[in-house]
Amino acid sequence: MIVILLLIPLSIIIAVGFLVAFIWAVRSGQYEDTCTPSMRLLLEEKRHPDATAVAESEPGLPIQNEKEQ
Amino acid sequence: MTRTLSQQHILTATNSIDTESCAEALACFHCGTLCRGANVALDDKSFCCHGCLTVFEILTASGLADYYKLNEVAGVRITAAAVKDRFNFLDEPTVRERLVDFSDERLTRVTFHIPSIHCIACVWLLENLFRLKPGIGQTQVNFPRKEVALSFDPAQVKLSEVVTLLTSLGYEPELKLSSLDAKPKSKAARRLWIQLGLAGFAFGNIMLFSISDYLGLDAFAGPLFQRIVGAISLTLSLPVMIYSAADYWRAAWTSARQRLLNIDVPIAAGVAAIFLQSCYEVIAGIGNGYFDSLCGLIFFLLCGKLFQQKTYDRLAFDRDYKSFFPLSVTRKRGRTEESASLSQLAIGDLLIIRNGELIPADAKLISGPALIDYSFVTGESEPVGKVADDYLYAGGRQMGGAIEVEMVKSVSQSYLTSLWNQDAFHKEKGEMLNQITNTYSQRFTKIVIGVAVGAAVFWVFVNPALVVKSFTSVLIVACPCALALAAPFALGTAQRVLSRRNVYLKNPYVLEALAEVDSVVFDKTGTLTAAGGGSVTWHGPALNETEDRWLFSMTRHSTHPLPVRIGEAIKRDYFPEPVRSFLETPSCGMEGSVAGHEIWMGSAAWLMSRNIIVTNSSGSVVHVAIDGKYRGYFALASAVRGEADRLVRNLSGRVRIALLSGDNDKDRERFAALLGQDAELRFNQSPLDKLAFIKCRQHSGRTVMMVGDGLNDAGALRQADVGVAVVENVSAFSPASDVIVAASMVTRMSEVLCYAKQSLRVVRAAFWISAAYNLVGVAIAASGKLSPVVCAILMPVSSVTVVAFACGAATWFGRGVSGAPISKSARAMPREQRAGLETSAPTAAEVQP
Repeated sequence: MIVILLLIPLSIIIAVGFLVAFIWAVRSGQYEDTCTPSMRLLLEEKRHPDATAVAESEPGLPIQNEKEQ
Repeated sequence: MTRTLSQQHILTATNSIDTESCAEALACFHCGTLCRGANVALDDKSFCCHGCLTVFEILTASGLADYYKLNEVAGVRITAAAVKDRFNFLDEPTVRERLVDFSDERLTRVTFHIPSIHCIACVWLLENLFRLKPGIGQTQVNFPRKEVALSFDPAQVKLSEVVTLLTSLGYEPELKLSSLDAKPKSKAARRLWIQLGLAGFAFGNIMLFSISDYLGLDAFAGPLFQRIVGAISLTLSLPVMIYSAADYWRAAWTSARQRLLNIDVPIAAGVAAIFLQSCYEVIAGIGNGYFDSLCGLIFFLLCGKLFQQKTYDRLAFDRDYKSFFPLSVTRKRGRTEESASLSQLAIGDLLIIRNGELIPADAKLISGPALIDYSFVTGESEPVGKVADDYLYAGGRQMGGAIEVEMVKSVSQSYLTSLWNQDAFHKEKGEMLNQITNTYSQRFTKIVIGVAVGAAVFWVFVNPALVVKSFTSVLIVACPCALALAAPFALGTAQRVLSRRNVYLKNPYVLEALAEVDSVVFDKTGTLTAAGGGSVTWHGPALNETEDRWLFSMTRHSTHPLPVRIGEAIKRDYFPEPVRSFLETPSCGMEGSVAGHEIWMGSAAWLMSRNIIVTNSSGSVVHVAIDGKYRGYFALASAVRGEADRLVRNLSGRVRIALLSGDNDKDRERFAALLGQDAELRFNQSPLDKLAFIKCRQHSGRTVMMVGDGLNDAGALRQADVGVAVVENVSAFSPASDVIVAASMVTRMSEVLCYAKQSLRVVRAAFWISAAYNLVGVAIAASGKLSPVVCAILMPVSSVTVVAFACGAATWFGRGVSGAPISKSARAMPREQRAGLETSAPTAAEVQP
């Protein structure tokens, strides 16, 4: 049963990973609007050419959050 | 509307008249409005106005025609004619600075509130805005808030150009003074999510590690494993105690200092007891404590908090007068016109007020006969005519042509503003938050502490080893988690149920006040009477169908509210005929020739000045003469809402009813008959009279609900225990209030009051359920036998039962509140509501193409 000493830290690390992902999601504003993305999904993907670049370069800062952060 | 358009319409009409359904063929391809009058055709598509056609052309030219595929007739009706340079004031540094979120040389980011966003096609179009104008970057729509966040390159596009583009597409941003003030706080909501996530994370993981403990698995029962689990649990629950439970510590501390025993005190005491007891067990190596229950408790509490914190972002309950003012007005400088923000205006400035615009400051009329609609400020139902040199109060809305006024007072000293600055209007309401929970928890806390001390004293004599354990066990079990959850979930559910019926509560606890209401005060105009739609009756020899059609064609050309209403009333499936030499003289009447017949419609005085003998009449009337011969008059009465009698019947006996109106008492008899003998009726009431009346009622020990709609009710709405603002469509402006209710639901207020009582009963029942659980728990705890397993089961089970009961019962009773059709989401928004959105500013001009 000694393997449990390895498994426990592993499971905690994984769980903390998810927690961090959740906190990142909240902080980046993904919980502000849970309605529009579901509509956007149905739309054709013809976003602004810069949009993806912007999104990749500053993942934590979608546009409406600039001032607060 | 120009005459050429009318003729064009006739052509289109005859073309399409042989198709089976004219109505269908004549629906505007862009916005779906029936093109009743002049319409414009392109290919096989018809449009109700040039504005819609322009948008269609812009969109097709930019390859954005998909807009129409996503939602047929997706467009927003173009109502106001575009005025060049109207938004230039936005480029002034002071204004611009307050509007934009972020700006540097390369990039500017700004967030607009756009009330006309209503469907998926809007989202698509606004997020493809960059294809319409170079320089515009990414746009992101927040549909529930009806907001658009967009970024653009200030070197290529100016802010005013962005706003002009949006406006030209029918998505005019709401630019109001108050929106320049504080931005909405989303930080609190985010913090709550993180607190919740953290508590859930700790809760789940600690439970996983405790499974061996729950099941008594021997393989894991070794002391080493136990200690590891204990240490992990302690570590995991530390951030929960420090971060997730922070608000409870703070609240408990505040209320303890104020010597109040509200719900936060026993919660904090319970949480602290569990934590300290568990720490002691872990450190002393006795056991693993109750960390799982602790984190679960906080997790459930935070869930309840999140549930009750749901607010209606797009509704504003705390508006002040600034929300009603435009951001800018047109100022005349010499021969040129310019846009100026309100703060730049000074006494003596000449302002141009166009049809439907608000007068921002007390002013003197310089030119153009004015017709001012004061209904929002004073409650008078009919617009008043003014002539040059008359004094105009701020807050009036001009109907008809453009007028020129000279400011005589600054914006901050005008009538409307001074009304708001009265002390009474700023009186804070007493804290009515969560009274019911706090009342119960006070008794509860005393009992629990009594039992805990009693148990401790008992064990001192019987078995001193169990003293501490039994004392803390009682505190642990009795921690009023379920009690704290009952009110948020029951009242929160009730709030949601009501919001589906177009009754929006400021917060769930308004229901507590609603349940207490024993006196209801109504405003007349716009509340008991419907705005606009009243009865129109013809007095005089009957008109034949041809004459009827002529009059209808005449009314199509006016923007004055009376002809518009007459037109609505007499229209059948007429196609308007072209009107020649149409001339409208404000506050007099209109003339024109239809099919070779000269038609005059207007006031008695005006017709008499043309040597026509007019029948005597009173109230709002429009006299008609055809070819110089008097034919009779239309009488317009303000209509009492249908079902108002039903409302009164349901309310009478239970509450006292009163009517306060800023209007004159011409309708006194009608309302005396409607409201019954016990009702008190007062007319010619100023806003301050209304306020005083409410105060007087409250002094005699009554809980007052005020139902009103205009700024003239603002003070009374504020003073009343429950202020109910009535709006024709929920995204329109409403004065500060506790409840915003759609006009169609006004007559259902009796059901709402009833439902409020029922939901309070649900809360009390939930308290008893939670008390029953606590009784069992406390009995076990006081005997000193509380094990972590019992605790871990009892706590979630009691919470879940209470929550399920509260939500279920509140929904069940909610079936009783029937009424207006339920709008499930904006996507499935019924036509009427969309029409409402299109005319979010209630101007008569918009009724007319």
